[in-house]
Amino acid sequence: MSLIDNLLDYLRGDTKKTAVVAKERLQIILAHERAGRNASSPDYLPALQEELLAVIAKYIHVERDMIKVQLEKHGEYDVLELNIMLPEDKRSA
Amino acid sequence: MSKVIVVTSGKGGVGKTTTSASFSSGLALRGNKTVVIDFDVGLRNLDLIMGCERRVVYDIINVINGEVTLKQALIKDKHCDNLYVLPASQTRDKDALSLEGVGRIIEELKAGFDCIVCDSPAGIEHGAFSAMYYADEALIVTNPEVSSVRDSDRILGILAAKSKRATEGAEPVKEHLLVTRYDPKRVAAGEMLSVDDIQEILRIPLIGVIPESESVLQASNSGTPAIHLEKSDVAEAYRDVVARFMGEDVPMRFTTAEKAGFLKRLFGGR
Repeated sequence: MSLIDNLLDYLRGDTKKTAVVAKERLQIILAHERAGRNASSPDYLPALQEELLAVIAKYIHVERDMIKVQLEKHGEYDVLELNIMLPEDKRSA
Repeated sequence: MSKVIVVTSGKGGVGKTTTSASFSSGLALRGNKTVVIDFDVGLRNLDLIMGCERRVVYDIINVINGEVTLKQALIKDKHCDNLYVLPASQTRDKDALSLEGVGRIIEELKAGFDCIVCDSPAGIEHGAFSAMYYADEALIVTNPEVSSVRDSDRILGILAAKSKRATEGAEPVKEHLLVTRYDPKRVAAGEMLSVDDIQEILRIPLIGVIPESESVLQASNSGTPAIHLEKSDVAEAYRDVVARFMGEDVPMRFTTAEKAGFLKRLFGGR
């Protein structure tokens, strides 16, 4: 890039350099992807799901795929989400 | 103690094979008994870059299957005394590269070599995984470009989670960032990510910067690893990388644009 180009950029009040845009885009997408990598399935999640299922099964008859355990990252904090779908007939009975 | 070093990147075309050829040659030139292994089964190219394509008789799959001995498959490099090449198979598919078989070969090589350089294929599938699994150290080859940086980050995640060292809870694989195809002029113009930007994003130590250069194509045309070229920035940059790998404190070069004269600056041009 020559002085003339620089001068023209300056006079036009040119927009952000593409390298700066590239860096910002990478920082955002990689923060997201790293969070997914590290938090989406910690080692203990399958075991936790099994044990929860065993406890619930003592009281209610639930199918294995009716229970979902998920760990999500929301900014500063992690959310452990437990979702149990109860069978229809138990509730109506 | 011999070292297993993987040259990897995730993305294709960033300079893994160019780097494997020059890095292993550099290690050999400094007296390390070195072997470089091509893991790109089905798309072998290290033999062409090393200039030994017409001497390939057997390959890594033949050795894994016990059809030939390791000694029969190793090709002695024509430029360096201490260097051997283990080619990939061109006809088989990647699944023939069993993790257990690769482990056996690496154990056997450790008995006779100081450095075992594994040239990984692109991608994050079986071939790339077998190349990195046994690594003690990794050269992460990255271009100053968004898709390459993102893929390098992905590879770093896999190294940290799935390599042998990671699964056995041993000391983690030592990671080195190697930025290739770097153009300081474009960086100065704000058109290209800088080495500092890439390092800030990937957060691993920098082992070197290889400048963008026409001589890389000339080297591959003639089957001579770029490190052997005379009066070439690329050759010097690779020699610096090898020196740093061996623990020497060598200042970074080729990271800033040469100061152009007044007229050139006024009228532009490259």
